[in-house]
Amino acid sequence: MAQGDVSSSGEHPAGAGSACPAEAPLQLGQHSLKSRLIVGTGKYANYALMAQCLEASGTDCITVAVRRERLYDAAGQNILDFIDTKRYILLPNTAGCFTAEDAVRVARLGREILEGLENPGADWVKLEVLGDTKTLLPDPVATLQATEQLVAEGFRVLCYTSDDPIIAKRLKDAGATSVMPAGSPIGSGQGVLNPNNIRLCLEYLKDGDPDYPVIVDAGVGTASDVTAAMELGVDGVLLNTGIAHARDPLLMAHAMRQAIVAGRAAYLAGRIPKKLYATASSPIEGSIAWHPPELETHQR
Amino acid sequence: MRILVNGEPKTVRPQATVADLLVELKVSPQHVAVEINRQLVPRRLHGETRLAEGDEMEVVTLVGGG
Repeated sequence: MAQGDVSSSGEHPAGAGSACPAEAPLQLGQHSLKSRLIVGTGKYANYALMAQCLEASGTDCITVAVRRERLYDAAGQNILDFIDTKRYILLPNTAGCFTAEDAVRVARLGREILEGLENPGADWVKLEVLGDTKTLLPDPVATLQATEQLVAEGFRVLCYTSDDPIIAKRLKDAGATSVMPAGSPIGSGQGVLNPNNIRLCLEYLKDGDPDYPVIVDAGVGTASDVTAAMELGVDGVLLNTGIAHARDPLLMAHAMRQAIVAGRAAYLAGRIPKKLYATASSPIEGSIAWHPPELETHQR
Repeated sequence: MRILVNGEPKTVRPQATVADLLVELKVSPQHVAVEINRQLVPRRLHGETRLAEGDEMEVVTLVGGG
């Protein structure tokens, strides 16, 4: 049976021998990503471990930062020696910028480097404009200003933002290719703290535009955080510290790969409603056991 | 002629171009991007862009990040 076919016998496309619909690619800007997990390259103990973790995570899109070249430390390793730039789409970020002007400068520099590498990621940027050093929460006003400027310069802008649905909508209206609300502060490992805000972001951003990509960026601590985010209906998850600072980063990378698929599948499958009372999975009829009288229930 | 490269003072010969300085610094032009006085200097202009006294030059590359 061909992929995606439903046979006359009613066989599900996710049946044995067919691709799971949860593994359909994510269209993000001009790029089609096989994995819905975007993985950061920061904070690993070394670049060799990073490369192993990227491979294990199943990702095909990785974020990178732009920093001063260490001109007087020739022995220093370059991350580019550990990344196959033909295999991964690089997503340069503007991490560490606290003004719109600096974020625009860094975005231009990142594009320049990726053009030199002939990497397809040269057309986009993960925009971060931070408000302060303690929370690393985004400055929403400066983020909006930088988005407008970068869109005008032809960038496809993936916006890191807070989980506020109103600013999310404003960023989309300004031309953001994707809005990426934080689950919780960067590197905090608290997971998705306010799922209702993420739901509202999804409602507002996907209204009349169901394929508009929404990605939870930041705060993921473990695999269940990824799954929980995906079960809300977001299109992908971007994470870094959750793998890089796990006790066993490589094993966590495997966990994250499975979590992203599990969460997407569960979202598409549709969860059962939560109910106060139990419903037996095995039939009562035919049971040889003594059975107490039925109690009155108040299903709400 | 004195300029700043990545925040550090450096003496370069008059009329030096961005390309000349990258060669001296042993930096692969394919792996970096260059700014002078907060303006990007595209790679194709490295050979014709001359540095001037007091210029503030940034030479950046990619590092790990999230």
